[in-house]
Amino acid sequence: MIVGEQKKIEEIWEMIQGFKKILVFGCNTCIAVCHAGGGKEAEILASLLRMKAKQEGLDLEIKDLAVQRHCEPEYFEPVMEDVRKYDLVLSLACGVGVNFLSERIGNIPVYPGINTEFFGGVPQPGFFVELCAGCGDCVLHLTGGICPVVRCSKSLMNGPCGGTNKGKCEISPDVDCAWFLIVERMKQLGTLEKLFQVQPPRNWAGGTHGGPRRVVVEHVRTLEEQESK
Amino acid sequence: MKSGSNLEKVIASGNPAVTAELGPPMSADAHEVIKKANQLKGFCDAANITDCQTAVVRISSIAAAYIALKEGLEPVMQMTCRDRNRIAMQADFLGAAALGLKNCLCIAGDHQSFSAAGRLKGHPGAKNVYDVDTCQLVGIMKKMRDEGLQQGGDKLEVAPKFFIGASWTPMGDPIDFRPYNLKKKVDAGADFIQTQGIYDMELFKVQMEKARNLGLHERTAMLAGIIVPKSAMMLKYMDSSVAGVTVPKELINRMLKAKDAAGDDKKKAKELQEQEGMKITVELVKQALDIPGVKGVHIQAIEWESAIEHIVKAAGLYPRPVFSE
Ligand code: SF4
Ligand code: SF4
Repeated sequence: MIVGEQKKIEEIWEMIQGFKKILVFGCNTCIAVCHAGGGKEAEILASLLRMKAKQEGLDLEIKDLAVQRHCEPEYFEPVMEDVRKYDLVLSLACGVGVNFLSERIGNIPVYPGINTEFFGGVPQPGFFVELCAGCGDCVLHLTGGICPVVRCSKSLMNGPCGGTNKGKCEISPDVDCAWFLIVERMKQLGTLEKLFQVQPPRNWAGGTHGGPRRVVVEHVRTLEEQESK
Repeated sequence: MKSGSNLEKVIASGNPAVTAELGPPMSADAHEVIKKANQLKGFCDAANITDCQTAVVRISSIAAAYIALKEGLEPVMQMTCRDRNRIAMQADFLGAAALGLKNCLCIAGDHQSFSAAGRLKGHPGAKNVYDVDTCQLVGIMKKMRDEGLQQGGDKLEVAPKFFIGASWTPMGDPIDFRPYNLKKKVDAGADFIQTQGIYDMELFKVQMEKARNLGLHERTAMLAGIIVPKSAMMLKYMDSSVAGVTVPKELINRMLKAKDAAGDDKKKAKELQEQEGMKITVELVKQALDIPGVKGVHIQAIEWESAIEHIVKAAGLYPRPVFSE
């Protein structure tokens, strides 16, 4: 899932200055699961902003709304007429949602209320960890299912580096060294010798370094095109 | 000869090699480099010129290496994977070779959050690169030198001829994987290896034996790293906080004894500890050179370059061999 955190209220307050009618727009998928931008959080944020406006003697109209997803038009299209009544949408969706809505809403700005952070898992309630960077060229079969791109602080393909200390990464005693875990995991799987092979320089072009990425699923596209004819 | 560097010649001659370290200053002060180069010149076969070590901005390794070279000290330029992508790295190799540099140590580099272990502001908000890692960087240099090809496959009319080095933390975690970690660097093309600072020679012997069992000592020149201890406090810090370094109690106690012998006299305590530190270094150098497969020592006197002369002489490693061009 996509994990993010709400921006500090001070930053949001700063951002919305000058707007009169503001919609705090939540998304009920990933960002709701990480307790940052679902319908509930949108409601709370809207009321906090209303309180702040009252304190400052400002006459603002601040409402909240949420839909199931901001990354597919069918979810927000039914409410678009309502959404367009505001002069600012403060989106609590992830960055994908903000981009996506911005392109479809017309003359109204969409601002981010969330700092979108990573793709992660939820080992314990309220605890989220980054496990994949979407590098576009997965190597987990070589590393025992532990991602060297994002779980190693230096994205090493031939780790560990000299910084591993008691199984922790050099950046912090709170961060596991991915390569320590990889070695242990490969031993457990009986495939340690796979790590003896030098991995050549990667092709990062499929990651965030090769320009915007797109995925086309041919059979779905063909079906769509046939139906629209 | 792969590079014709002085370091390569010393190693090929069978003499124990001595490398030292020169840390460039955090300002545009060429004199600092010149001063340190002259303190080291004649007492080592080559000196590593660190590349923004501890993730702090300093005169770049290549620029400082060139200044050292002009002073008559052979440099080992360093290249971290932290700050450059493969385009910048290869461009720098071409430039460095064109300036006459002949040795390069490839390292991952301290993470940008390190900021001299929090002692300086540094640039923890910097974006790191890590386009390639150490093994891959070694491989790129080798491909440029031996095949005359850039990593991407374009031809080089004139190939940069470097004596290629890599580092090794023999006692780092997971310790049983470290010999293989070394093997990968050797497989990638490392001509010489400089190890992390070693105080626990017994454990290093065990790791060296494992390296020998893999035949690595015959494929690369192993230089044992010795960090000159300055004080009991430094040894304690290294023992508790530096990855892959353990310091035997006995060495810490020797330094504490030296410190205590000075009573309340702080200046004297510093002097006595420095003397003891040099003595310890000389012993470690001799012990390291006795280990089969060790071809030399890499003595790091951090911000204390002037100590090298005494250590090298006391270890019986002076004068250094001289070769004609
Ligand atoms: S290797 Fe790439 S795709 Fe695979 S988990 Fe890591 S970042 Fe994700
Ligand atoms: S300590 Fe481990 S996780 Fe951290 S940078 Fe080094 S290899 Fe990667």
